Amino acid sequence: MTVKPRTTAGEHVRKGDTSILNSLAFRGVAYQIILAIFVILGGLYLYINVNANLERQGIATGWDFLTENAGFDIGESPIPYDSEDSYGFAMWIGVLNTLKVAFVSIIFASTLGIFMGIARTSKNWLLSKVASVYVEACRNVPVVLHVLFWATVVRFLPAPRQAFSPFEGAYLMNRGVVFPIPETDPAYTWVGIAFLFGVIIAIFLGRWAKRQRELTGKYIPAFWWGLGIILGLPLVTWIIAGAPLVWDMPELKGFNFRGGMAMSPEYAGLVAGVSVYTGAFIAEIVRAGIQSVPHGQIEAARALGLRPGFIMRYVTIPQALRVVVPPTASQYLSLTKNSSLGVLIGYPDLVNVGNTTLNQTGQAVEAITVMMVVYLSISLTISLFMNIYNKIVAIKER
Amino acid sequence: MNHAKTSAGTDLHHSPPPTEKVAVLRWMRDNLFNSVLNSVITCLLVVGLIFTLPDFIKWALFNSVWSGDHEACRASMGACWAVVGEKHRPMLFGVYPYEEHWRLILALIIYLSVVAATLTPAFWNIKILIPLWIGNLAATLTLMWGGVLGLSPIDTSQWGGLPLTMVLFTGTVVFGSPISVLLALGRRSHLPGVKSVCVVFIESLRGVPLITILFVAVNVFPLFLPEGLEFDKLIRVMAGMAIFFACYQAEVIRGGLQAIPRGQIEAAEALGLSYWQLMSRIVLPQALRICLPGLVNHIIAAFKNTSFVLIIGLFDILTATTAVMEDPVWRRFFVEAYLFVAVIYFLFCFALSRYSRLVERWLSEGRRF
Repeated sequence: MTVKPRTTAGEHVRKGDTSILNSLAFRGVAYQIILAIFVILGGLYLYINVNANLERQGIATGWDFLTENAGFDIGESPIPYDSEDSYGFAMWIGVLNTLKVAFVSIIFASTLGIFMGIARTSKNWLLSKVASVYVEACRNVPVVLHVLFWATVVRFLPAPRQAFSPFEGAYLMNRGVVFPIPETDPAYTWVGIAFLFGVIIAIFLGRWAKRQRELTGKYIPAFWWGLGIILGLPLVTWIIAGAPLVWDMPELKGFNFRGGMAMSPEYAGLVAGVSVYTGAFIAEIVRAGIQSVPHGQIEAARALGLRPGFIMRYVTIPQALRVVVPPTASQYLSLTKNSSLGVLIGYPDLVNVGNTTLNQTGQAVEAITVMMVVYLSISLTISLFMNIYNKIVAIKER
Repeated sequence: MNHAKTSAGTDLHHSPPPTEKVAVLRWMRDNLFNSVLNSVITCLLVVGLIFTLPDFIKWALFNSVWSGDHEACRASMGACWAVVGEKHRPMLFGVYPYEEHWRLILALIIYLSVVAATLTPAFWNIKILIPLWIGNLAATLTLMWGGVLGLSPIDTSQWGGLPLTMVLFTGTVVFGSPISVLLALGRRSHLPGVKSVCVVFIESLRGVPLITILFVAVNVFPLFLPEGLEFDKLIRVMAGMAIFFACYQAEVIRGGLQAIPRGQIEAAEALGLSYWQLMSRIVLPQALRICLPGLVNHIIAAFKNTSFVLIIGLFDILTATTAVMEDPVWRRFFVEAYLFVAVIYFLFCFALSRYSRLVERWLSEGRRF
């Protein structure tokens, strides 16, 4: 019996069984051709059906509607918009509103999640129990219910005249949330530039300090110096500019507040619901990350005589981050996708605007395609950055 | 000398056992006041709880109204659990005809008993489980649909509440799981054509929100079909959710497949097993066991995701509750109503996650399989 050597496709042909139908390579090609034909024919069939149905229902096709007059108002938008603008521009407002919710919610959810995750690993029994109750209660309830609940809570807050004030100048009420912000001043531009400079200097300082340490063994506390520069430089700039600080305080005028920074009730409800829900998942990830660092690592670092701050920075955090970052990134992604629940409570995010467009024009295929493409690009962008980051923190095998 | 000595130098073997009081104090010192920071945190938390917990208990229990109408609720300072007593039928069963609710209750009892049986190791036999589930689905769907055995027919557009949530969830998992296995195998395939089709499919569906898939199911899917052919909205939505679920589950299964040592596959090939024999007898049983925690996570997520149908107007338990809360008389008691629904979701998800940990322990002990 002769056995032919295996080919790359794992093909092996037995004696007396050399029909081409039994060749794995041939079968592989055949399967793929069948799949390709299936996909192409299926797509063509659907395309023909869609066209026939649209024609029968008298619905226009194509992308012309994007430049047509939208004719509906949008409750809130970061840039000026009115109903005379086009559908395309309205959808762009939706994208900006989605990003506005996602960005702020990611900050809130991360803060909450990191705090609760650390609390869960605390040696303090009471603290870890409180954190466990939060995590279990919030992650076992659908995000839809979270968003609905918080949106309703905001709606049932007192009217502006009886608004609830957690601290001077901030008010919670059924018209949303207002809080004071510093009035804009030309000096703030310079403060911002100083901050960026500080970051750049700190990065270079860190690299230089690392090289010095490797060359001479001399330790330079670059972290604290860098932090000092990042915070100090803008502070000095601000003081040189004459320390301008005027708070823009919200004031009750008529039935509503004027001034300060205002969040609409829908925005506040959506951010609260999505953040509280995602925070519970991030807390679990953070806990797993902290617990994933073997205790021996910390004991070994202690035995080497490293100081606690050092152990945290050079032993615990780098190893925990490797476990924490990839799932956190996917939580950020699902948070961004969950922000589409704005459609439920009347927040004009992309899905909400797209839904209105769909109902007005009837062009369901195009409107949904726009939504999907936008979300897909956001998702792919975030995962691209995360992959780059992952390459940086991954274990470097030498 | 192997007599243990305590720090005070007393002989441990001759000292009396610690009294209960000492033990409590010791536990508090070890768990609440083991450092300055922890003592401060404990004090702050205790003060915080003293200010909130009694008020909450008073609101939820002592001052609450358990029955009666909204007037009684308005008069009291506590929780209005009467809203649940008054409205639990439309919340749990939606717009299903009131006098036929017994059918839904019976269906739920059958369904939940079969779920309980499925989770019991004594029933873990494919020859028992498959007939059990076919019987379960036949019985529950017959009860809900009616039209036979003297039951009046009820259209799916009237289905609602908890049974609809269960139908959506079961449909998602039952249809989604086989698709997920195929997608995962396709993604690991050596054939570049198959692999790229699966990768594009999985990644593009994972990149978009579930809402957009539901919009496709409701608005676009009817356009795909030739004139005159129509599918029930419930079926379309279920198909959309099943495919969405399958894409996430496929990634979990892929993780399990990657963990199978190459030697297992080579040994099976050397024995002359075909691809499907190799996968179904050797690789998948091991892979699925490895990724069990991830699988359960996504099954729980699928249960929670059924609530998204609120947006497209199917009457699951959350939609039904929201509709009830439109009632101007009761709407101010939304906290109680939402808490009631949240508890139902919580019980199911929490129980399932605890159960999965239990199964993991059984598997790691090598007691079963």
